[in-house]
Amino acid sequence: MVDAPSENADNNAADAFLQGGSLKHAPGPYFGGYGGRWMPESLIAALDELEDTFEKAKADPEFLAQLSDLNKNYSGRPSLLTEAKRFSEHAGGARIFLKREDLNHTGSHKINNVLGQALLAKRMGKTRVIAETGAGQHGVASATAAALLGLECVVYMGAEDCRRQALNVARMQLLGATVVPVVNGSQTLKDAINDALRDWVSNVDNTHYLLGTAAGAHPFPAMVRFFHEVIGEEARAQILEQTGKLPDAVCACIGGGSNAIGIFHGFLDDPSVKIYGFEAGGDGVDTGRHAATITLGKPGVLHGARSYLMQDDDGQTIESHSISAGLDYPGVGPEHAYLADIGRVSYGPITDSEAMDAFKLLCRTEGIIPAIESSHALAGAIKVGKRLTEGTANPSETVIIVNLSGRGDKDVETAAEWFDMLDEEGKVKGTNLSTRKPKGPADRAETEAVPATAAPASSAADNNEDQN
Amino acid sequence: MTEQTASKSAAAIDRARDAGRSALVCYLPAGYPDVQASIDAGIAMAKNGADLIEIGIPYSDPVMDGPVIQAATTEAIANGFRVESVFDVVAGITAATDVAVLVMTYWNPVVRLGVDEFSRRLAEAGGAGLITPDLIPDEASEWFAASDKYGLDRVFLVAPSSSPERLAMTVKASRGFVYAVSIMGVTGTRLAVSSSAEKLVADTHAAGAERVCVGLGVSNASHVREIAAYADGVIVGTALVAAIRDGGVAAVADLTRDLSAGLVREEA
Repeated sequence: MVDAPSENADNNAADAFLQGGSLKHAPGPYFGGYGGRWMPESLIAALDELEDTFEKAKADPEFLAQLSDLNKNYSGRPSLLTEAKRFSEHAGGARIFLKREDLNHTGSHKINNVLGQALLAKRMGKTRVIAETGAGQHGVASATAAALLGLECVVYMGAEDCRRQALNVARMQLLGATVVPVVNGSQTLKDAINDALRDWVSNVDNTHYLLGTAAGAHPFPAMVRFFHEVIGEEARAQILEQTGKLPDAVCACIGGGSNAIGIFHGFLDDPSVKIYGFEAGGDGVDTGRHAATITLGKPGVLHGARSYLMQDDDGQTIESHSISAGLDYPGVGPEHAYLADIGRVSYGPITDSEAMDAFKLLCRTEGIIPAIESSHALAGAIKVGKRLTEGTANPSETVIIVNLSGRGDKDVETAAEWFDMLDEEGKVKGTNLSTRKPKGPADRAETEAVPATAAPASSAADNNEDQN
Repeated sequence: MTEQTASKSAAAIDRARDAGRSALVCYLPAGYPDVQASIDAGIAMAKNGADLIEIGIPYSDPVMDGPVIQAATTEAIANGFRVESVFDVVAGITAATDVAVLVMTYWNPVVRLGVDEFSRRLAEAGGAGLITPDLIPDEASEWFAASDKYGLDRVFLVAPSSSPERLAMTVKASRGFVYAVSIMGVTGTRLAVSSSAEKLVADTHAAGAERVCVGLGVSNASHVREIAAYADGVIVGTALVAAIRDGGVAAVADLTRDLSAGLVREEA
């Protein structure tokens, strides 16, 4: 039995940090009063096996060498740390550095975790991996790792997300994965996780659930963080090399929180570094249409962990809303809940509109199209930069690192819609070029009958048929 | 198993045992299609052979449920079901019958109301205890305290994948009975009962459980007969949900009567 969490544990850890102790290697299963294993008994044996395999692998030089080789020669690590000089002018003159996870193979930080977990799946003798995906980045990364290591891969993706990220659906299929559109509930990330868990409990003998974020039951939060720690470790060394000092602040976006915990890890034990996590504020936190879990949620249990949760008075999960599929999740990793409670990390919301302004700004000032998820971190960094430089004589002495967790190629259609670049038929205005997803052969005949003005929302049902 | 508190579930199972048969445990979600129908259906199940009744709380993220129960509970929530109504359903059934009524719930609704407050109100409504599909004893310290305080049964689940250590720990933590899931999977009707169920029941008994009931994938009298040969109780869910969906309370009564026929051990 794992020890039950106590309120004292919370205070003790916070005290330990304040007295010079360490936060960065919190092992789980509990982070203060958060975390744990709120899971059906049927899955506990699999969680035990995974924990055991992970702990042994972590201490095995051969495994670490294998992972490090893949990170270097397959993903392209270390990822760059790029100073965004023209973008910085819009952040009060603070120097902003981008940790370029967008340059990794598959276009986001997600590859770090999937390679690690896929290697573990092989060590456990599993032949099949399943994954959930929101934006599609984790699904693409999982399909990639599965192809590389010869594993069968099934990805659960909300039907609504399939619509928002049709290109990534095709990408996963090209990589040999089966994409299952999920039509339950809100048809987004949380429902994809539900279906993945149902699959796992039915096929646990040969299947590893390759969870994509630092949430869920132990050992997932600590394990997913471990595979992303490389982001923070690289960033810390790179900023020291480029500026000769630690940054004043580090910013990341938070959905489940995996990219954030990865970069935060590098700086959690540096008290001079302010750390900020930016949640999806959707239409605004006062509208009820958002995904600002830490800002407005209450502690509860979902998907295996106790953490902050968007829920109603009955404990029913509230559907989240965000323009960014990857942040559209009503829960958050338990380590973030803990870091929020002890005050080590400040969490706040960024609205769709603020994120899209930052998206456009980075495109125009730096020639980098960011993922909409990462744009939340960019928007947050602008606010932080303005605040930290206010009244200072030399704003350029303030240094901020933003984790640019992914690239925005997948978001081109959403951005084009947002910026009113499309006509009613979904074509780029003044051209005959459509941004709509290409239809598969099975669908083409049917397409003839669909009026050209079909609203994008109606394609959720199409997806269901497309992908099965 | 802890027996210092008189267990309503254990008493119901023992009454069936004294009559020379296994107990029939029947599940329906509260509020499907509405709260009054749940009460009527519960009473109908009790009058047609159910020894224990499980009332499920519709929940937004039912990861252990298959499509039939998901559809029913999603509809109940869409129709405005509130968690507090479950106490009305329990009280309505216990007032009219003498079956043991348990609530089956994912854990977050209990956390939200407060574990102590939930337990107090369940006991006040005449409920026997809770079946907790996503709460393992490792995380249940608050529930141990509240269930002891209000004299409620703690029904934890064991699975074919449970290690001997976990079986022993879970049996020790449980009160009333232990819920053995017959297969690795989610709720739903299946053609045949898994062969892993019989071994799991034997292992759970060997780990010290006096009463073990088998659920998941049990849908007809023939399944009931097969399981009744080795288990202390047989749990039926999805088939009853399909019955109330398709034929209302009358169909639930018919199916319960039919299922209970499977409990009578065949003469050699």
